[in-house]
Amino acid sequence: MKSHAQLARDFLADENRADWHNETIYTFRQKRDTTVASIPEWELMRQAASDIKDHVLANLDQYLEQFEANATANGVQVHWAADALEHNRIVHQILQENRISRVVKSKSMLTEECKLNEYLEARDIEVVDTDLGERIIQLKKEMPSHLIAPAVHLKREEVSKLFHQHLHTEKGNADPTYLTRAARAHLREKFLEAEAGITGVNFGVAESGGVVIVTNEGNADLGVNLAKVQIHCMGIEKIIPRLEDLGIFLRLITPGAAGQRTAIYNAHYHKPRTGTSMHIILVDNGRTEQLGRADFRNSLKCIRCAACLNTCPVYRRSGGHSYHATIPGPIGAILMPGKDLEAYGDLPFASTLCGACSDVCPVKIDIHQQLYRWRQIILEKQHRLSPKKLLLKSSLPFFRRASSLETAGKFMRQLLRLIPRQSFLHQKSIWGLHRDLPDAPKQSFAAWYQQNKAHDKQR
Amino acid sequence: MHVGLFIPCYVNHLYPQTAIAALELLENQGIQVSYPADQTCCGQVHANAGMEKDALSVYAHFVKVFENFDCIVSPSGSCTAQVQHQYAALPQTPAVQKVRERTMDLSTFLQNIIKTPRIEALFPHKVALHTGCHGLRSLGLDPRPLLANVEGLELISLQFPDECCGFGGTYAITKPELSAKMGRDKLADCLDKGAEYICSTDQSCLMHLEGLIKRQKLPLKVIHLAELLTAKP
Ligand code: SF4
Repeated sequence: MKSHAQLARDFLADENRADWHNETIYTFRQKRDTTVASIPEWELMRQAASDIKDHVLANLDQYLEQFEANATANGVQVHWAADALEHNRIVHQILQENRISRVVKSKSMLTEECKLNEYLEARDIEVVDTDLGERIIQLKKEMPSHLIAPAVHLKREEVSKLFHQHLHTEKGNADPTYLTRAARAHLREKFLEAEAGITGVNFGVAESGGVVIVTNEGNADLGVNLAKVQIHCMGIEKIIPRLEDLGIFLRLITPGAAGQRTAIYNAHYHKPRTGTSMHIILVDNGRTEQLGRADFRNSLKCIRCAACLNTCPVYRRSGGHSYHATIPGPIGAILMPGKDLEAYGDLPFASTLCGACSDVCPVKIDIHQQLYRWRQIILEKQHRLSPKKLLLKSSLPFFRRASSLETAGKFMRQLLRLIPRQSFLHQKSIWGLHRDLPDAPKQSFAAWYQQNKAHDKQR
Repeated sequence: MHVGLFIPCYVNHLYPQTAIAALELLENQGIQVSYPADQTCCGQVHANAGMEKDALSVYAHFVKVFENFDCIVSPSGSCTAQVQHQYAALPQTPAVQKVRERTMDLSTFLQNIIKTPRIEALFPHKVALHTGCHGLRSLGLDPRPLLANVEGLELISLQFPDECCGFGGTYAITKPELSAKMGRDKLADCLDKGAEYICSTDQSCLMHLEGLIKRQKLPLKVIHLAELLTAKP
């Protein structure tokens, strides 16, 4: 498995494309900034949302039970899944019991996390992702590269080629309206054929037992309302206590992606329609473990708005796939190590710790501080002494004694003067590959001070 | 008031002119300033690389060196943020608390403690300001009012003013391509807007940017805020 550093290097090898990606996403960020600047109560709402989420996480067991009881009373079948596999099994079982072999799906990073599509396809069930971006990457057999715009890494010419291959659109026609219409016609068929609709969940309301799904395309609603079985897959952290709390979250969730003030559809589902069944699967899959890590618990407040991705200078220039994870970007970099430290230990280092992510997060997750804290854990666990760790370790004594540091500095300056500018070290070292080394001054400030100032000060 | 001047380790060794300018600027305010010779470093490089535990001894040394000053002033937003925020990892003795509270960036000291600083500088150039990320976000620095005192200076607004320059400590070494790309984009923004100089509150950003400028032979120069505020014809 390639690391973020290697994948980012690959991405940057095509600099024009990287620039295009950066600019596209920066536009999202600017739109977010403009919208947020026009909402005077933004900071108040952020604080309130953060407080509500903290409260929920501290009392999650009670709220989940309340949610289950209310949903069950509404006639909803509630299931609990400890991990991805159990989640997939439950979905499959529901489909089997209803003799269903065709499914439409919408709006779910959770099913992506659980790799539901692969699981069902291996059992001869057709799953069609119905949101345009998700359908595109499904056809392309790729992972989403963004939380809200999963195919944002693809140019429309690439989509045109893909659609020509799979949907038989005109060769070379990359007109977005044309392509969208083609996708819609193709998806309409799938909607009509499907016997079950699967969706993710943005919010589960404990006091009502209902789920809320925020979308722009309305596919979740179409899928759910046409099918005889509806299944909502929900991470256990999606709970909010009361309907009254919802308003703030609905206002906070949309600006992050591209400055939208409100979603086109906020769909509420409370009970099955007559003659149909409704299921909610509550999925843990590592969330309880994250809840137990005091330093990282509040990463579970995330409402997947994508603001932190769009603002991140590293994400914009390295692309979502460079994070080799279901959840990319800064939030992925703090969530994924909790799932598998070995596989995702590189992600907390995919940042300059500039802090832009924490600044925009609508639920006030201290993302960059968590990146910092993961780094501590990762280095601690690293038994092998990497060159970086060795260098840093061996330099420590110098940083505890000014006189040793002064000597080391002198040595470094001499070295800098000795390295010819055209040398291998200068041109090919990791610093020198792109940058000239600094010039070496004659003396340090400490030495200058000693010479010019120190006796003035001695009384 | 007795101010302790804290000069980041790499500034001490590689950019003494920045430290001299910071000292001069402080002395011009008519206050007592000392540079304690036994200072070393704030410990940030080690901590950010994931070695906070090892860095604690460096933190403790810093506190010992500076605990008796009324204010600890540094020409670096990044090192200041390190002391103010990350020293929370030390046991919070009165000395640690005092040092955390009293350590501040040079621009903050001039703006909030001195309030109407004496600045006599002449710099007839177009200057783009790059406030380092830690200064900008963790400390909320905005040194623009200080620049208004510099005669002849024309402040250029950047298209992406709060974008990180890509230095990031060991990040510059471990992710050289991304780091350099971020830096080149910052410089392109400066050049697009017609800047002749890029001025920063942090010399570390400038070390990285200057390396890129020299390698590509760009018509742009770097200058630290302290040097700018003491610039003479
Ligand atoms: S971490 Fe915050 S900013 Fe990032 S996606 Fe989640 S809610 Fe949005």
